[in-house]
Amino acid sequence: MQLTVSGLPVFIYTGGQIFVPARPVVVLLHGAAHDHSVWNFQARHLARHGFSVLAPDLPGHGRSGGAPLASIEALAGWLAALLDAAGVRRAALAGHSMGSLVALQAAAQFPDRITQLILLGSVAPMPVAEPLLSAAHVDRAAAHAMINHWSYTFASQLGASAVPGISLMGLNRRLMERQGDSVLAIDLGACNAYENGLAAAAAVRCPTLLLCADRDQMTPRRAVKPLHEALAGVADGARMISIPRAGHAMLAEAPDAVGNAIRSFLTRR
Amino acid sequence: MTQYGSPAPETLALHAGQSPDPAFGARATPIYFTAGYVFPDADHAAALFNHERPGHVDTRLSNPTNAVLEERVAALEGGIGAIALASGQAALHVAIVTLMGAGHHIVASRSLCGAARNLLAHTLPRFGVRTTFVDPRRPDEWRDAIRPETRLLFGEALGNPGLEVLDIPAVAAIAHARRVPLLVDATLVTPCLQRPLSLGADLVLHSATEFLGGHGVAVGGLLVDGGRFDWEQSGLFPTLTEPYDGFHGMDFTEESPVAAFLLRARCEALPDFGACLSPMNAFQILQGIETLPLRMRAHVANARVVAAHLARQALVARVAYPGLPTHPDHELASRLLPDGTGPVLSFELTGGREAGRAFIESLKVFSHLANIGEAKSLVSHPASTTHSRLSASGLAATGIGEGTVRLSVGLEHVDDLVEDLDRGLYAADRVARG
Repeated sequence: MQLTVSGLPVFIYTGGQIFVPARPVVVLLHGAAHDHSVWNFQARHLARHGFSVLAPDLPGHGRSGGAPLASIEALAGWLAALLDAAGVRRAALAGHSMGSLVALQAAAQFPDRITQLILLGSVAPMPVAEPLLSAAHVDRAAAHAMINHWSYTFASQLGASAVPGISLMGLNRRLMERQGDSVLAIDLGACNAYENGLAAAAAVRCPTLLLCADRDQMTPRRAVKPLHEALAGVADGARMISIPRAGHAMLAEAPDAVGNAIRSFLTRR
Repeated sequence: MTQYGSPAPETLALHAGQSPDPAFGARATPIYFTAGYVFPDADHAAALFNHERPGHVDTRLSNPTNAVLEERVAALEGGIGAIALASGQAALHVAIVTLMGAGHHIVASRSLCGAARNLLAHTLPRFGVRTTFVDPRRPDEWRDAIRPETRLLFGEALGNPGLEVLDIPAVAAIAHARRVPLLVDATLVTPCLQRPLSLGADLVLHSATEFLGGHGVAVGGLLVDGGRFDWEQSGLFPTLTEPYDGFHGMDFTEESPVAAFLLRARCEALPDFGACLSPMNAFQILQGIETLPLRMRAHVANARVVAAHLARQALVARVAYPGLPTHPDHELASRLLPDGTGPVLSFELTGGREAGRAFIESLKVFSHLANIGEAKSLVSHPASTTHSRLSASGLAATGIGEGTVRLSVGLEHVDDLVEDLDRGLYAADRVARG
């Protein structure tokens, strides 16, 4: 569906179902140089199981208008405006990579609006390797190759996709190519510059789940510890689940495991 | 493998698309010879039908063995994915029906294999899809033939049997200027000699029956999507950009801006037209692909020797082989096909149809059949076989003469091939002399 947020058009994928604000709402936030389509399987799964799904293309990404926002804080503010535009008072947030930082910041900034928080492939801080940052500015193809190399397991790099007939790395390369020239550099810059992650985590009170892929090279499991510890204020502590045989691109590499984990967390009593 | 690059074709040909079998550790790709798949529970079944879980529902739609083949060819071509189909003709048909309907129009090279030409010229018009055939070497003809209702440009990487080299970057630019995609049949070149997607093509098809398999035992086809064409921005493809009632109202470009074409083709064309590939055939084609890079190098080496030998014969009026400096597309071929111009060539015998017949019937090593692309060397006479349905003027327009002979140069020792061809030339010479 299409909404206007802060005067600009925003495309929102709703998982193949009509959006009904009265149902439990879950917002799915994509990562750098991506769009809503990375969430297809999980969005459709949640939508068929009674959730109202909002998987937006962030500003300047995919079908959404405007320019990419240059900071995680700005994206969190935009997210609140998006909820307003959709007529949603409270929602669960799930974010992948850069999207996880947006979700984390929003959960801290607007605690009364966020019911649950799910962080996938997340660390705080989220420093971006200098060669990747540099390539994002001057050689996008090289940056895309690095991202693919570090985001997918070796099995995926040779193929063996969970989706019949689809080359996951080929699909991701084209998806990144479709974004505007400066999108990747701005997104990575926003991740790299975000210094408020641990403070935001300390302020979070809603139930929180960390989904870590066991072969993630971009945000490796061992680097998640500071964020996990900073979420100590969450009731019962933040839960952490490891997704086996998947890398940073866990949404594509392990779509069922990720979808099951999110739904299970959102529906637990 | 470069630091962050894709593995080389030799590696992809052996590994792409497959991990060792998780159930029993089989190293070879298992043949999943099943029509259907048991659903663990009702919710899982519903999830598969709702496209919220990847997986297999029915071999008509997908099969684990076929999926390995699809991913392997997609990886070799540099595409985002592929669909395995019952034949190369099925791949062409699926490409067309996924993109258009009655009232739409195709611009195609006039140098196409006989079956493709027949489909476009005679069969599809009955369903309201018409084709204008153009000289593949004349960019202005491609441009001038495009109409408002045109939805596809289509050509073979190497024409058949004239071996015209398609100037893919030039034709792709013409197509994209009019917001339509370019489909290239890359059967004769295989991804080892040319990757059309990297030159600007949007879709690639293969008759896997030919060089991908290489053994001549399994008929199959592949349709590969490059994922670069912007269907939404084009505005000409409602099959991809508007909700499809046949599949829960799915809007394919909304679902995946990149993979919309493959999604629609798999959701509609495979179940509706039933042109799926047998998993046994997929396995056999995979066996062939494992040695494709090695075979193509040997094919090309033999073809070069054969072409040069034929070019020196008095009884041969001309040899159509872009690897020869005398071919009109030699310079273009050097640019677009630097690793060789493939194993297929044709030549014109003086003495016409009778000389051609004597030539073919005297060969011992070359087998006389209509196919190309086997490890064994093959020979055919297009005017009386693959292109026999064309009129004399139609034959002339595709560059085929009464004495045209087409060779698919195989992997036998090249000395034996040359000796066999000399045997044929001797027989043709006797006919020519009366």
